[in-house]
Amino acid sequence: MKNIFKIAIRNLLRYKRRTLMTSLLIIIGIVLVIVFSGVSVSFKSMMIGSITDSMLGHLQIHKKGYVSSIDNLPLHLNINEKGIKQLDKLLEKHDDVIEAYSYRIKFGAMLSNFQETTNIRLTAVQPQMENAACPLLVDRILGDVQDPSKFIEQGKIIIPENIAKGLKLKPDDEVVLVANNKDGSVNGLSLKVSNIIEGIMGPSGRDGFVHIDDAKILLRINGNEINEVSIRLINPDQLDRTNKLLSEELSQFTNKQDKPAFELHTWADLSPFSTIAAIVDLLIITVKIVLIAIVLISILNVMMMSVYERVSEIGAISAIGTLPSKILWLFIAEGFSLGVISTIVGNIIGVLTLFLINLAEFHFSFGRMKNILLETSISPSDLISVSLIVIIIAVISSLQPALKASKMQPVDALRHV
Amino acid sequence: MSLVQLKQVSKNYQMGELSVQALKDIEIEIAEQSFVSFVGPSGSGKTTLLNLIGCLDKPSSGDVFVNSTLVNNFSNKAAAQFRGEHLGFIFQNFNLLPVLTAYENVEYPLIMVQNIAANKRKERIMHYLDAVGIADQKDKFPSQLSGGQKQRVAVARALVTDPKLVLADEPTANLDHASAFKIIELMRQMQRDFKTTFIFSTHDPKIVKEAEIIYTLEDGKIEDKEIIAA
Repeated sequence: MKNIFKIAIRNLLRYKRRTLMTSLLIIIGIVLVIVFSGVSVSFKSMMIGSITDSMLGHLQIHKKGYVSSIDNLPLHLNINEKGIKQLDKLLEKHDDVIEAYSYRIKFGAMLSNFQETTNIRLTAVQPQMENAACPLLVDRILGDVQDPSKFIEQGKIIIPENIAKGLKLKPDDEVVLVANNKDGSVNGLSLKVSNIIEGIMGPSGRDGFVHIDDAKILLRINGNEINEVSIRLINPDQLDRTNKLLSEELSQFTNKQDKPAFELHTWADLSPFSTIAAIVDLLIITVKIVLIAIVLISILNVMMMSVYERVSEIGAISAIGTLPSKILWLFIAEGFSLGVISTIVGNIIGVLTLFLINLAEFHFSFGRMKNILLETSISPSDLISVSLIVIIIAVISSLQPALKASKMQPVDALRHV
Repeated sequence: MSLVQLKQVSKNYQMGELSVQALKDIEIEIAEQSFVSFVGPSGSGKTTLLNLIGCLDKPSSGDVFVNSTLVNNFSNKAAAQFRGEHLGFIFQNFNLLPVLTAYENVEYPLIMVQNIAANKRKERIMHYLDAVGIADQKDKFPSQLSGGQKQRVAVARALVTDPKLVLADEPTANLDHASAFKIIELMRQMQRDFKTTFIFSTHDPKIVKEAEIIYTLEDGKIEDKEIIAA
């Protein structure tokens, strides 16, 4: 085998320019895949991170049927004290995978500055829990937050930027919230604006925050009730596994009709950004397919030319007794070597390019988040998968010319001029 | 005892709808350790005859025996194995591997065909490179050698596997007269030294006189057999 590779490498060096051009084409393909994957995967991770860390969490639990009517923010689908205790027990049990969780009451209300009134969507939270489950939420708040674990206090409200502008509200202004409770009766509560918050995609949306105790007063909730649990995982890569694990355990809790009491959703189920993330993945696959096409066509072409140019040489080695299988291996080894050499060089240049991009410190903005540093990275598994794709395709594309060479009749091959 | 025996061998080629008979009822017996030449004009069937003896082609009819083995119906793999074990080849165009040095070209059949251990190879290769007088050029690539030197390397490559029979198709066709004569002398010397049977084809009347037995072919038939006194 060592000698087969020695001959293969020397044959590649024999046609230096052709080998260089083919290799260069493959190297460019590999570098493109690595750079594109490195940038887009990092971009995607940052986007997903900002959505999960400042709004949704990685997983959310609701009472069964809540998500299908989530736009109405129904209060009759609240989780009662018994349910909260069950969830507490379950979530504490899995503290090896769950970093934090936050109980929320989401509801709709009317907000008035005593002159004008508008509708608002509110998320009532216990600030310490919410900050632990969504640590980037405070970054969306305009102005300084002294203690992130107390970003919302009782008697205060954080209002969205749009509404603040529309109602000409600023911190310390008095407002009144009016909301229906689940029985339909109306109640009001005076609050002071503590801060203004921007939506994740920029100055849009109508989502504000209040303290969970204020929500209970406004909605006349006695005892403990929530309608959403946001969960933050220690390792987001474990999302699917944890989702499956919690789904199985949650399915054991049933309601009076003996049907599942809770429903569990991942951030991707709840956010339209999951479609963008899927498109990014699709683009990476597309670039990989382009790479496969480049490798396949270029190596197939160069190997076919190689076989055609060496017909009489094949005839000679066949005549002196080289078995067809060894002739096959001689040509496969050539394609394989070309693939391996190009992969090594392509990987080195690709990783070096990512390193240079990081060194150049490119910044970009995403919604509220400004000046985000583009930190590209590529996992060893991605490098291995790209390398394997190139090498396997190199071997596959060498196969047809190699088979052609091995099946040549020496008498015909020797006659070839 | 005959090393090569052809019984009523014919070979036809199909050229479109036309069938061309390249060899007609050939009967030959070649003894071991002989130095035989096939002569004749172009198209007389010399190369076809060598190809049949060399298991590179199959006869349309008749039987070909080499080393007491009927070689007519070999598969591609079996034919390659037989060639590797019993036969050596010298080609008109030398057909050395351009990416290998002279030494490595001679080494090629020992590695790729006979799988001889590394410690045994070197001594054997140098022995044959010495024998053909090219040992000092062993590290040169074919492109750095003259035609005569290339053919010497080819002779060493053909002999290094200790074949019973070496077949050479017009081995001097691409050489000047002096080099051609030296190659035939070398082949003759090798035949004497290593007791190897040589069969070569040529249409050069000066070269052919070196052979012990001369078969003259014309239109696919053996027209004459001449035995030259040693």
